Amino acid sequence: MLTTIYACLFYGATAIFLAGMVLRITRFARTPAPLKIPTMPAPTTKSGVAYRLLREVTVFESLFRANKWIWAFGWIFHVALAVVLIRHLRYFVQPVPSLLALMQPLGVLAGFAMVAGLAGLWGRRLIVPRIRYITGPSDHLMLALLVAIGCSGLLMKFVAHTDIVAVKTFFLGLMRFDIQPLPSDPILLVHLGLVATLMIVFPFSKLVHAAGVFFSPSRNQVDDSRERRHLAPWAAKLEADRAR
Amino acid sequence: MDAIVPGSDADRLDPLEIPTLCPGAMAASQPWGASPDHQKALGFPGELVDDWQNVAIAKMGELLEKNRALRVYLDSCVKCGACTDKCHYFLGTGDPKNMPVARQDLLRKVYRRYFTFTGKYFPGLVGAEELTKEVIDDWYSYFHQCSQCRRCSVFCPYGIDTAEISMAGREILDAIGKGQKYCNEIIGKVHTIGNNLGLNKNALRSTLEGLEEDIEDDIGVPVKLPLDVKGADILLVTPSADFFAEPHVDGLIGYAKVFHAAGASWTISSYASEAANFGMFIGSYEQMRLISLRIREAALDLGVKRIVFGECGHAWRVAYSFLNTLAGPFDFLDQRYPIPQHICEYTWDLIQKGALEFDKSKNDHIRLTYHDSCNVARATRMGDQPGGQFEIPRAILKTVCNHYFDMAQDTIRDQTFCCGGGGGLLTDELMDIRKKGASPRMKALKTVAEDHGVTHMAAICAICKTQFAKVMPDWGFERDSILSVHQLVSNAIILQKPKQENDDDR
Ligand code: HEM
Ligand code: HEM
Ligand code: SF4
Ligand code: SF4
Repeated sequence: MLTTIYACLFYGATAIFLAGMVLRITRFARTPAPLKIPTMPAPTTKSGVAYRLLREVTVFESLFRANKWIWAFGWIFHVALAVVLIRHLRYFVQPVPSLLALMQPLGVLAGFAMVAGLAGLWGRRLIVPRIRYITGPSDHLMLALLVAIGCSGLLMKFVAHTDIVAVKTFFLGLMRFDIQPLPSDPILLVHLGLVATLMIVFPFSKLVHAAGVFFSPSRNQVDDSRERRHLAPWAAKLEADRAR
Repeated sequence: MDAIVPGSDADRLDPLEIPTLCPGAMAASQPWGASPDHQKALGFPGELVDDWQNVAIAKMGELLEKNRALRVYLDSCVKCGACTDKCHYFLGTGDPKNMPVARQDLLRKVYRRYFTFTGKYFPGLVGAEELTKEVIDDWYSYFHQCSQCRRCSVFCPYGIDTAEISMAGREILDAIGKGQKYCNEIIGKVHTIGNNLGLNKNALRSTLEGLEEDIEDDIGVPVKLPLDVKGADILLVTPSADFFAEPHVDGLIGYAKVFHAAGASWTISSYASEAANFGMFIGSYEQMRLISLRIREAALDLGVKRIVFGECGHAWRVAYSFLNTLAGPFDFLDQRYPIPQHICEYTWDLIQKGALEFDKSKNDHIRLTYHDSCNVARATRMGDQPGGQFEIPRAILKTVCNHYFDMAQDTIRDQTFCCGGGGGLLTDELMDIRKKGASPRMKALKTVAEDHGVTHMAAICAICKTQFAKVMPDWGFERDSILSVHQLVSNAIILQKPKQENDDDR
């Protein structure tokens, strides 16, 4: 029974996550950017832009210039999240590549770092009046959700262990549409329930920032407006009335 | 106690000082509304339409389809707070709605309510709100407290540019009949007369002739300011402020002297006698395009080979970043030169070639700093290297002036502060917000004045110059401490007394 519910939950959550993100991203991609608006100074080549985006995504360059505290907490949170997620791949691949096996100890650290980073960000939301002013209920809920996922994971790791092998069998089974029993430890169920929630809300929340950063015209445009004429399709139609 | 003691660290002004929040402090600051005539001249409804709510939402939907920036920016903000202390209007007023993210939220809350799933079904959770009269009122106040300077966009991890949001906001306001007098009246003048000031061809001609006489009286060299000369090589497009007011006009004289020294064949056009393009301020692609097309027309009619822009901040943005899009392609111009070119690029080229001679000591009474105009700094380039927009004007100034000092690093270049009067705010009824918005720049200036005895500040933007002439006296500077870059060039340049002119400047 539990197993069936969670199997359905994860199929549903995956479908919503994927469909939602594809919809979002195609919307972003289809909407034209009528004018050249890179924040200058901007790279003058495509590879320069790729490098600019790479810096934004990996070291949060602009954020670093803006505010060292937000940068520190935010960067720690995201890097730790990335490590945790990569580490989680072991539930989905068989056999586990040796590199993935090697980074397992690092992963434990990452679990704590992730929660610590989130706590720092949350603290600022509560303490700094400017940030409290712009914080809404959904911003707190998002942090609560991630903290709860992190804490439940850490609990499993250090306090109430679960049968990892069975968890893996369940997820490998899901991927082959061959449903296997899921252990019924309450913390695992909480962890997985929250993860499914995260996947469902992802495309409909501010979490689309993960995709948005790549579509932001102020960051992804090349500074070449004098050399190359940039014209949106709807703007090209206006030119029909042009005498010369 | 309030006096500033030079050299004492405790009393040093900090341009980046974060104020305490004063909610609602600037809610009442609104520009005058456009009259029905000014509205209709631009194709906007004369007054608030009956079903304004539907019209506004429909307009927002249209913009979301047409402008990727708007959609991505409205969706992607994570409320991280990095931008909250970056806007000069927030620093100057403490009004939280002048924090860039909060300014965006004024539009975002309505976007969420009408265009997103979460906003429709869980409005309280994500701060979605109905479009009400109060919201429109807030839009009118706070989208006219954004000078579209893009400082926030530099620091946002996703480059979210609040300028795009306030432009969209103003476009929606225009669409429901709530336009702003200052911008819309001026745009009307450009359409009918050719420039923001409403100077007609005859007035322009006599102004230019008067300037020619002044220059000749002054230095004994017949420097010309040609108007509507067919077959000239260069069309100069400059803000109309250059035609009459100090210190702008001294900049124009500077361009003329540089052209003269280079032996260039150039002309001003009475049809496109305006570099400024207020279509950008109201966010209207269509208006911006119509104004830009005048420049194309003038270039074709006069048969010029090159287009050079005078000193104007947002004009250089429209020219550098948008002109090719709005009025290109310019395949009829000489492709060996940048199209269009900035007057600073033009002058710097000549300096590098050794084609200009200067007597720097003519500027020795001046201890100078330079204000990077926001639109030039963060929305354009000069030269062929990124950052040329910072280096080239400074290089020119250091060539013509012995005493040059930069203001604090975190207030210049791409972190520069707006003068406080940009984005269509340069109108008297907004003087309060203008003065408050100027305070970060003024504090940085005050500091460099104390440290290095700086007496003057140069800028390459007509709006900056006008604004600073108004606010600098409040900070203990003379009205005329704000200078055009080409005014300093004009002071120092050595022109040969009547003789054969040099060759081409190529
Ligand atoms: C391309 C990938 C991503 C990039 C470049 C990115 C970047 C950023 C940046 C720069 C911030 C602002 C600083 C901060 O508050 O931490 C941020 C905030 C945030 N990110 Fe990401 N992110 C990415 C992916 C993700 C993913 C996959 C998640 C979630 C599972 C996530 C969750 C969050 C949350 C919750 C915040 C807000 C933190 C707060 O409330 O203060 N991000 N992200
Ligand atoms: C379907 C997806 C997921 C499954 C099956 C899963 C399962 C697990 C399991 C079984 C553990 C315990 C590890 C152990 O005892 O050694 C764990 C730990 C953890 N999980 Fe997840 N999890 C999933 C998704 C996520 C997500 C999306 C996040 C973060 C947003 C996350 C964050 C954590 C953390 C921080 C820990 C503790 C540190 C660690 O062991 O890496 N999990 N997870
Ligand atoms: S664009 Fe400039 S004026 Fe507008 S919100 Fe950003 S920093 Fe403030
Ligand atoms: S810096 Fe960007 S993402 Fe952060 S609150 Fe400001 S607009 Fe939003």
